[in-house]
Amino acid sequence: MTEHDKVLLTLQVNGASHEVAVEARRTLADTLRHDLELTGTHVACEHGVCGACTVLVDGDPARSCLMFAAQAEGSEIRTVESLAGDDGTLSDLQRAFSANHGLQCGFCTPGFLMLAEGFLAERPDAGREEIREVVSSNLCRCTGYQTIVDSIQDCAERRRETKETSA
Amino acid sequence: MTFGAATEGGEREPDLRVDGSWVGAPVTRKEDPRLLTGGAQFVDDIHLPRMLHAAFVRSTVASGRITSVDLSRVLEVPGVVAAFTAEDLHLGDITPRLDRPAEEHTETSMPILARERVRFVGEPVAVVLADDPYAAEDGIEAAEVTYDVTPPVLSEVQALAAGANAVHDEAPGNVLLDVSMFATDGIDDVFAEAPCVVHVRASTGRQNALPLETRGVVAGWDPRAQQLLVQTCTQVPHQVRTALAGSLGMAESAVRVLVPDMGGGFGIKCVVGREEIAVAAAATRVRRPVKWIEDRKDSLSASFLAREQRYDARAAFDETGRILGLDVDVLCDMGAYSCYPFTVGIEPLMASSEMPGVYRVPAYRVRGRAIATNKAPTAPYRGVSRPQHVMVMERLVERAARELGLDPLEVRRRNLITVFPYTGVNNVTYDPGSYLESLNLCERVITDEGWYETKRTAAEQGRFLGIGYACFNERTGYGSDAFAKRKMQAVPGFDISEIRMDTAGSVVVTTGTMSHGQSHETTMAQIVADKLGLPLDKVRIQQGDTDRVTYGWGSFASRSITIGGTAVALAAGNLGGKLVELGAHLLETQRDNVELADEGVRQRDDPSRALSYQDIADVAYLKSHLLPKDTEPGLQASASFDGVGDGTFSNASHGVVVELHRDTGRVEILRYVCVEDCGVAINPQVVDGQARGGIAQGIAGALFEKVTYDDNGEPSAASFLDYKVPTACEIPDVSMHHLETPCLFTDNGAKGAGEGGTIGAPAAVLNAVNDALRPTGVELNDTPITPQQVFDALTGALEVAP
Repeated sequence: MTEHDKVLLTLQVNGASHEVAVEARRTLADTLRHDLELTGTHVACEHGVCGACTVLVDGDPARSCLMFAAQAEGSEIRTVESLAGDDGTLSDLQRAFSANHGLQCGFCTPGFLMLAEGFLAERPDAGREEIREVVSSNLCRCTGYQTIVDSIQDCAERRRETKETSA
Repeated sequence: MTFGAATEGGEREPDLRVDGSWVGAPVTRKEDPRLLTGGAQFVDDIHLPRMLHAAFVRSTVASGRITSVDLSRVLEVPGVVAAFTAEDLHLGDITPRLDRPAEEHTETSMPILARERVRFVGEPVAVVLADDPYAAEDGIEAAEVTYDVTPPVLSEVQALAAGANAVHDEAPGNVLLDVSMFATDGIDDVFAEAPCVVHVRASTGRQNALPLETRGVVAGWDPRAQQLLVQTCTQVPHQVRTALAGSLGMAESAVRVLVPDMGGGFGIKCVVGREEIAVAAAATRVRRPVKWIEDRKDSLSASFLAREQRYDARAAFDETGRILGLDVDVLCDMGAYSCYPFTVGIEPLMASSEMPGVYRVPAYRVRGRAIATNKAPTAPYRGVSRPQHVMVMERLVERAARELGLDPLEVRRRNLITVFPYTGVNNVTYDPGSYLESLNLCERVITDEGWYETKRTAAEQGRFLGIGYACFNERTGYGSDAFAKRKMQAVPGFDISEIRMDTAGSVVVTTGTMSHGQSHETTMAQIVADKLGLPLDKVRIQQGDTDRVTYGWGSFASRSITIGGTAVALAAGNLGGKLVELGAHLLETQRDNVELADEGVRQRDDPSRALSYQDIADVAYLKSHLLPKDTEPGLQASASFDGVGDGTFSNASHGVVVELHRDTGRVEILRYVCVEDCGVAINPQVVDGQARGGIAQGIAGALFEKVTYDDNGEPSAASFLDYKVPTACEIPDVSMHHLETPCLFTDNGAKGAGEGGTIGAPAAVLNAVNDALRPTGVELNDTPITPQQVFDALTGALEVAP
């Protein structure tokens, strides 16, 4: 097999099963974007630093530019396209980003959303400093980060309030 | 709407919706839903049938003659479809022009693909097209290019040395621009007789504007429109059209530039890139659409950079700290090429004109030079020179305060312009601002929060805390008169807006500006909605399409809300006039008896007699036989606006508290306070966002980011591992405070807000670091401030301390 030979993969993405034939060297990010046409996941450095390509792999935030698509077979992948409801209703996390002006150009935003989605699932009680530490995983050039931290904190607090009310 | 004058402590209420209007309200952005759901379309999201992917063979040497280019092996690579050199494409050069005499400016050209010579590592030599981007990358690795290498010129010292190699033959001394300006009569005597003369030599690091989305383009021939369709992420679509059509030898009407969603720009996308043109030319050759997406390595090393400047500045003061004179020599390392449309004058001309800033400077002399080196070229970057020259000006003030034993804030107060309009020694007339008020408020916030006490306590514990300030203004809303003083051959300034109301009573409004994160789809809609009494969802802003926008200068120089925002307001006002006129006809009353209200018009003397916009549109489009005989069908209007005089000046004061860490040399920012005045904020949340994001980029320049090269001119920071972009752990929360001195000539009192944050941060951070270093006697002048410098300074202090 050469690097140009294609491999047939079955990927579970956003709850649906997709068959794709891609070169073994193709990254998960490129496969999501250009083969599955889920272009919400963005690529901004291709060396795993900026985090714009962050998706959830079995619930954990991962750099999809540092994974080959072939490595994702058998895992459950979630991208930004999975967050809103089928009718386009924004999730609480997405609403918090909008309410707090946590995005400007929006290019890094899907990465931050998926980072936060994975993080809050694991650490629903996180406080501001812990959130800031996690936000430092990714790069944003527009906001100065403050409103991204605000957005995630706002979402976490609302979720905790909702939980208390319903408990 | 009425506005109070800016007063000390006159902070804007954060959630105020002035008079029930959209302007002034922190409304949620119209852009957000698509950006939050993955529904936006950035350039790399575009996919066209039969589309090929481009990659560039780039120079591996900084300076030399190309002795051979062999692409034969490239074409054997699986997936590669074509490869072109400069000889294959026959493209015209990009030649940015300044209307200045030869002794001031040497015109140079940038070829689209390098011919004969290469002038920096990363310069494009050939373009390879393939079925997918991986194959295109394989292809460029198979290219064989040989060079006759010449020693590169990598600094201003090397560039100006006798016998230095010329980067361009036209400029044997490597000086592309050399202007000496103002030179007030008797300035040498002022310095000779002044009781206090301070001297600052400072250098600032080369930086990358670094939008998260790199540059990119998709170009292809559209057989239906008989046009070359170029979808590119640019801040200046019409200027790309001009340069591209010129280079390809096409009529501008045969080119349509369309801008998709854009992932930031900050100036790097405000000039025409040679790759945009090469890709368009290659697409026409193969008669297939071609996509090029810049990778991060090329973006960091081979796109457009900025900010590398050297200052040799003196200022004269009297005993009380009043400025008597300012004498500045600024060298700007512009790299290998002049940028279109701004030219190589962009940084030195800005610094020369604006250096006196917020201070009354009675005597001024400046020499500004643009130097060519064998490094990637430069473009405007958010703030353009002002982050640097404000830092130097503020350093001069701080130095004088030390020499004279005065409080640096008091020295500032004694020199700030407080009476407006003020015409400076630099022939610039400043419109009203809140220079003194912003500084006073900034100091008061820092004081009230107890930072001076914290600093004292920390000093007793042997810790190094410092407090620093920056006070500055920013010219925004340059009109064509103001830009004409730059003597660019293409003179930006005005903006045109066209507005159409449809049969449903909704409007589409064009703007020649180009939002790339600044929220214009929301803020301009707020302006238009107020003019016509419409809800926001009935206003749609259209931008970034050279076929639909008559002409535009794009977004730069914080011009969008001042110039573009006023143009949309005037166009909406004109449409309102038309609606009133038609309404009066249909209501069978006098025009002055009709006013706009409730998404329609009503009779002033009998408000029960009213028509909705939809009623009027129904006549204008579907029952045009009811229109007055001399009235054309449809509901459309247009307007243009040009900046007035020298433009309008936003201003701000920044206050920073830092702690220097002895063990690591780290500069930790403990507090950041920004008091800004951009006149009337159309959307306060957006203004805060612009300021905070700008401050983050300013801090990046002050403490972290620097593009460096090895001795051969090889870029040594070509990934995010080496080019240190600050994260949420380095950038502090910013406490925002507002003053409001409305602009007198924009429609709603707004001034520009896009760049100020970036301008103030380097000065404030440097001053704070120097304040913290006070016990050591060390004063730093250069940015970025490195941990090593701080560590060395503090280590010395520890040795001195008992």
